[in-house]
Amino acid sequence: MSTPGTNDTEPWPLWEVFVRSSRGLSHLHAGSLHAPDAEMAVRNARDLYTRRNEGVSIWVVRSTDITTSDPDAKGAFFESPRGKEYRHASYYTESEGVKHL
Amino acid sequence: MSDQTFRISAGEALTAEKITEAGEKPTEAVANYALRLGDDALILAQRLGWWIARAPELEEDVALGNIALDQLGHARSFLSYAALAWDKTEDDLAYFRHEPEFVNLQLVEQPNGDFAATIARQFIISHFQFELYRRLVDSTDATLAAIAAKAVKEVDYHRDHATQWVLRLALGTEESRRRMIAGLGVMWPYVDEMFRDDELVESLGDVAVRPSLLRDDFDAVTGTVLAEAELEVPEGFVARGGGRDGIHTEFFGPMLAEMQVLARAHPEATW
Repeated sequence: MSTPGTNDTEPWPLWEVFVRSSRGLSHLHAGSLHAPDAEMAVRNARDLYTRRNEGVSIWVVRSTDITTSDPDAKGAFFESPRGKEYRHASYYTESEGVKHL
Repeated sequence: MSDQTFRISAGEALTAEKITEAGEKPTEAVANYALRLGDDALILAQRLGWWIARAPELEEDVALGNIALDQLGHARSFLSYAALAWDKTEDDLAYFRHEPEFVNLQLVEQPNGDFAATIARQFIISHFQFELYRRLVDSTDATLAAIAAKAVKEVDYHRDHATQWVLRLALGTEESRRRMIAGLGVMWPYVDEMFRDDELVESLGDVAVRPSLLRDDFDAVTGTVLAEAELEVPEGFVARGGGRDGIHTEFFGPMLAEMQVLARAHPEATW
């Protein structure tokens, strides 16, 4: 698999863009874009992803700097919590002597 | 943006429609001044629009398109305001005036050239517009002040965009540096004209901003960027100018014809 941004037809590397829409909310992944460096990536993100008043803050990160979970290891990674109701608060019943819970 | 979408609205801002609706008629002199600033923005927007689908990268295509649309927005506001003085519309002024009736600076009508030439033009005009608008917000004419207040924020971004590119092209490869120097060389002769005062501006007092007052700040700010880019301020040939009096360079006519042909072929068409 070739790394995005390293082939001949695309001289600029790929960046992932995260936009925060207002104070108190977290940054959400908005999409990706090409840019020659981080400073230009922030500016391109401003032009591409905040055209409709969507954001108050932008983060960018090189796509190649993101480490992802292995899609083939879904079972080992994500199926273990199934059936483990005791990990949820709703599993526990209210104790008799507790008045304010 | 999924669940956050509901928090997003267009927000409030001054529009050309609101200016027309308010119907505050400017005096002849104020209208002529608004016409100058409107023509600068309109002609620049038309030039920049050419880059759509032609920029070196899709992202840059959008960036230049955004800047063009910002400029078109400023043009619409200034022209809508000017038009009130003559019982005309912004479209009458944009599409049904002849070449000598346009009073834009000669810089903005200069051909796009390559990307570096366009960036050079953009670098000069956006620093000029920023210095102008940040003073025009104190104009004693409330409409001009309001248009400037909206425009200054957008032009602040335009000058940042151009500055970033001047630095990257100048300090990039041998070829990009060669092109940046060539681009500045082609555009710089039109700098002098931007800072000339004339009777109209002097007659307007605190309504207008005297262009000569902007020169020191323009030189200081652009000089700092050029120094960082290890470039010399171009010297030598100074264009004759005259754009404010309707005198234009040979490149203006064909551009104007392209801009106006549709409106003239189908007057008052709507879509």
